[in-house]
Amino acid sequence: MRVLVATVKTKTGLHARPAALLVNCVSKFTSTITIKKGEQEGNLKSLLDLLSLGVEQGDQITITVDGKDEDEVIAALNRCATENELW
Amino acid sequence: MYKGVPASPGIALGPALVLPKKQFQLEKKIIQDVTAEKDRFHQALTAAKTRIEGLIALAQEQEQTETAKIFEAHRMVLEDPELITGVEQQIDQEKVNAEFALETTVNFYINLLSQANSAYMRERVADLKDVANQVLQFLAGGGPQIPEIKEDCIIVAAELTPSDTALLPLDKVQGFITEVGGPTSHTAIIARSLELPAVVGVKKITASVQSGDHLIIDGEQGAVFVNPDSDTIAVYRQKQEVLHRQKKELASLKTLAAQTKSGKTIKLLANVGEPWELPKALEYGADGIGLFRTEYLFLNRDTLPTEEEQFQAYKEVLVQMEGKPVVIRTLDIGGDKNLPSLNLETEMNPFLGLRGIRLCLKNKTVFTTQLRALYRASVHGQLKIMFPMISSLEEYRAAVKCAEEVRAQLIEEGHPVSGHVPIGIMVEVPSTAIMTDLFAKEVDFVSIGTNDLTQYTLAVDRMNEQISHLYTPFHPAVLRLIKMVIAQARDGGIEVSMCGEMAGDPRFTSLLIGLGLESFSMSPSALLAVKKQVRAAKSTTAKALAQKVLALPTAEEIRAALENAEERSDSACES
Repeated sequence: MRVLVATVKTKTGLHARPAALLVNCVSKFTSTITIKKGEQEGNLKSLLDLLSLGVEQGDQITITVDGKDEDEVIAALNRCATENELW
Repeated sequence: MYKGVPASPGIALGPALVLPKKQFQLEKKIIQDVTAEKDRFHQALTAAKTRIEGLIALAQEQEQTETAKIFEAHRMVLEDPELITGVEQQIDQEKVNAEFALETTVNFYINLLSQANSAYMRERVADLKDVANQVLQFLAGGGPQIPEIKEDCIIVAAELTPSDTALLPLDKVQGFITEVGGPTSHTAIIARSLELPAVVGVKKITASVQSGDHLIIDGEQGAVFVNPDSDTIAVYRQKQEVLHRQKKELASLKTLAAQTKSGKTIKLLANVGEPWELPKALEYGADGIGLFRTEYLFLNRDTLPTEEEQFQAYKEVLVQMEGKPVVIRTLDIGGDKNLPSLNLETEMNPFLGLRGIRLCLKNKTVFTTQLRALYRASVHGQLKIMFPMISSLEEYRAAVKCAEEVRAQLIEEGHPVSGHVPIGIMVEVPSTAIMTDLFAKEVDFVSIGTNDLTQYTLAVDRMNEQISHLYTPFHPAVLRLIKMVIAQARDGGIEVSMCGEMAGDPRFTSLLIGLGLESFSMSPSALLAVKKQVRAAKSTTAKALAQKVLALPTAEEIRAALENAEERSDSACES
């Protein structure tokens, strides 16, 4: 299991385009990927879950990845975040 | 006659085409074969996805990128693993039918997303409903039906969603009538972009009209006539013809300069209350936005808009205007508006109460949040900030101090801020109008708000029907004040504009030019009619008209003189 903790930097928070980017980035992997904000938790492969979390700029999020391709997921997430200045 | 919300102007006459209601028998059924039910659900999902992919391709082919984006969001919803497993689990565990499982799962997310206070999230709720409806229609068999349109018709429907209108053969559609929706609904936006009349929010219209019934739709008044008599038809045929002629004549003005016969260029700007009006302003050739109202961001919601939400909104306006000047007015709200998030007290006299800048100076957080968003957006275009309801220099100075503090703070935080953001005021309180010369030493620009200036000068509440006959911008006192404001602003070397209704009323154009006004801001739909007056105006005749009118003692005489003058310039224009 791999865990990624980050503070969201992107101005719009994780709605709109950034949310779609993240979901598209992880949906092809087999690992279970959850995103947590405070007490709330959701499936990062689900746009509806991610939008429901309502992640804003400055929020701290914890992404947990569990599965065979977890290392690749973390790498892909980091790449996506850097390219789009998400966190 | 049926009344609704006028959503797109114009008049159309023609037979009705009533689109069938999307009603599903959403009863909860207990099923035996769980696997078969899940298969049925997946087949409907696949069918809906194929349809949406077709819509995406169609939109891309027609280069409608915005529409394509809407459908791409729809596809993501259809592929959402939580939505799919949510439905599957309910079928598995509770042995319910796919329709019921989908409905409850979708409602769960609708509830969550409706709580968000961003416009973006509320749009996603509409997407989610649209997508769910399509899947339900495939579950019912066959999927969404596309009506055949063989002849000209007026569409009547309970509601029209993006996926409905995308496949409608629109070339024969003459207008739209829907039961739900407001001026920003999808139907309204589509109708305006097609320049077809639309009336929305007409209750129970689908039950009262049958396909083939003869309809008249008046998109200006929000009126719908069903099987009208021959007199009404004749009246509306004539109105329609007049509109056609005017539209053609005005359209020829779009690309022409707003220049008087004497060669003076007049700035014609647009008043905008909601972002959807921006494309219209640009289309009608506005030189910029003379008044961007920000109230829409605050009304009809329980919480205040965040700095981020406001920043996005202001940025979008500035970007859309492509470097043309945009005057954004800070929040102008008071006790007559229901704003739950501010907990405003009901006042005896709201128009003389805590409103406009007074409210902002009392609720500093609201004010500084808006100013932060404005300054952050300032790097994306040519922003000017305008304060409403200023009645003394002390107020103006206090507001400017806030603005300067916010600006300095942002720079300290490392935000990029535009080097020069002009700050101006609305001149709508007589005390300020009288002191324009003193204000001119401190403000960058003034804009005359004639609606409030008229009501405050004449002590006539413009909402009170009993005294509405006393409310008239033709009153000599109002015109004298306006003359004074324009003259003193010009003497003081500052820009003076007008953004009240008078600016968009062609009867006043020549007079105002005669008084020295060079910048007019009005609702986009008035731009061309005023441009026509500008092009017919001559400095000498305009000055003579101003002199003559300002000497008249009553509003009635002034009205008569201006209406005569307008007729003269009309005939001059045609000859």
